[in-house]
Amino acid sequence: MRSETIAASVAERPAKAWRPATSETPATRRVLIAIAGIFLGLVLLLPLGAVFAQAFSGGWSLYLAALAEPDAVAAMRLTLLVAAIAVPANLVFGVAAAWAIAKFEFRGKSLLVTLIDLPFSVSPVISGLAYILVFGSHGLLGPWLDAYGIKVAFAVPGIVLVTIFVTLPFVARELIPLMEEQGAGEEEAALSLGASGWKTFLFVTLPNVKWALLYGVLLCNARAMGEFGAVSVISGHIRGLTNTMPLHVEILYNEYAFQAAFAVASLLAILALLTLALKTFLEWRFAGDMAGARGH
Amino acid sequence: MTLPLRHLATGIGIALLSTSALAETTLLNVSYDPTREFYKAFNAGFAEHWNEETGERVTVRMSHGGSGKQARTVIDGLDADIVTLALEADIDAIASQTGKIPADWRQRLPHQSAPYTSTIVFLVRKGNPKGIADWDDLVADGVEVITPNPKTSGGARWNYLAAWAYADKAFAGDEEKIRGYVSALFQHVPVLDTGARGSTITFAQRGVGDVLLAWENEAFLALEEIGPDSFEIVVPSISILAEPPVALVDANADKKGTREVAEAYLHYLYSPFGQSLAAENHYRPADPSLADPADLARFPDIELVTIDDPLFGGWAKAQPTHFGEGGVFDQIYRPMN
Repeated sequence: MRSETIAASVAERPAKAWRPATSETPATRRVLIAIAGIFLGLVLLLPLGAVFAQAFSGGWSLYLAALAEPDAVAAMRLTLLVAAIAVPANLVFGVAAAWAIAKFEFRGKSLLVTLIDLPFSVSPVISGLAYILVFGSHGLLGPWLDAYGIKVAFAVPGIVLVTIFVTLPFVARELIPLMEEQGAGEEEAALSLGASGWKTFLFVTLPNVKWALLYGVLLCNARAMGEFGAVSVISGHIRGLTNTMPLHVEILYNEYAFQAAFAVASLLAILALLTLALKTFLEWRFAGDMAGARGH
Repeated sequence: MTLPLRHLATGIGIALLSTSALAETTLLNVSYDPTREFYKAFNAGFAEHWNEETGERVTVRMSHGGSGKQARTVIDGLDADIVTLALEADIDAIASQTGKIPADWRQRLPHQSAPYTSTIVFLVRKGNPKGIADWDDLVADGVEVITPNPKTSGGARWNYLAAWAYADKAFAGDEEKIRGYVSALFQHVPVLDTGARGSTITFAQRGVGDVLLAWENEAFLALEEIGPDSFEIVVPSISILAEPPVALVDANADKKGTREVAEAYLHYLYSPFGQSLAAENHYRPADPSLADPADLARFPDIELVTIDDPLFGGWAKAQPTHFGEGGVFDQIYRPMN
């Protein structure tokens, strides 16, 4: 009896792909959308637009000149170098950690998961200072390394280390939920059919997580190139030597070189936009293969 | 996958090689905030001079920031050959905490190791809408004062001491009233940046505040860079003689084998080139006879109190008394909400 009525009422409705989830009037809906739109415009698009407007305020030739300036080139090179070391390092670490956490049971597993998240909850400035405490001349390892002529703080190795620290969770965080969801069934099947551990990883595990891995690498790279706070503490701000792009932007800004500052900043903005575009594409195309990405 | 990886590896290799394979001598000058423009020009001049003298090539790298912060990084291991900071106390801190600079460093160079001096003036918005003429106007209702944090910035310590010197004169040495005045002054500060340049940008570019307490050279630079249509300089009745000192960091230079060129660099600051360039960049040269009279004419006459005045008793006394942990500044400063 009841089910019939429901069926009838459903049948009466015109076939529609979309139904409102709430009973708000279209006017309310429009107001809400407008608020969200205006807010995003003010908070996101306007400042981003201002960066490009300021960067091109002197025309193309000045824009390119600002990017070709030796200190700017050195900053870009350093930023690329740091990302080229930090991202692969975290790729290897992330895969290993996710593999261990998702496929094995061991004591202290939840502690490991918490530790991986630590860089998310620690302020980057503190991360930088912590590395100074370890590698500074009065630090734990600093004097010992100094005796061997190895410089970590205020040099490229220190910058690489803090970058690895702040970007550590990105890859692991993407992989863990997905790998846990997938379970160990396929790997067990492969092993029972005689595949070696390495082969299993290469032909079973890796294909299952490749898109999530790419997604994690993407976010990791964006943060590695854009990190300011932690790097600022440990860099020593030597022009042309230990300034990454974000630090170089600040220096130029403080020297009244606003156009040049924003020219370099626009490169970082382009990087951010590219990351965003790729991220959106991955989410749209491979959402099913990226359990970890669904929540983002 | 192998091809891009190989490219990546070559890229890293090249980047590493090119930073380590510089055959020429490199000096690192760790300086405070407002000296950027001066040392940029001076370094180019010195490199040329050194090349003519010895045929060697030298590159001077710079690091700038709040003076106290910069001293801290040198103490933590930044291997500066030379430090050119805002005040004696910061170099003293490096000397006493690391032993990399001998304690008598001030006696090693002419003019107490201060090749240029400066003072503290006011920068106000064009037309001086708040009618600021002297120190007492800074604590009037509705006036917002911009200065960096005396804990991290050398310039800010000079600002503080200049205000103290004024109050000492105005209140005939009544310590209670002096403290009251300086405390009231900091109640008028909405933002405490860590370095002088940060404060200048806050005031000039972001448009915060009515008056900037600034190094004289920093005030002139803001006029030049942002335009005399926006600001004007107000010279107070009394200010302080700021002597930013320079020093060789002996242990670092000896380790790197750069002592000779680093010493030549410091002495070159006292040459006609260094002195006239300082005046051109609005620093008061230690030996005015070497500078262009036209540059010198831009410096206003102000009654200047020195740090060695009995009022302060030198940096060795003033630093712990006023800026040390729990010192006078800590006692009188309450962040404004």
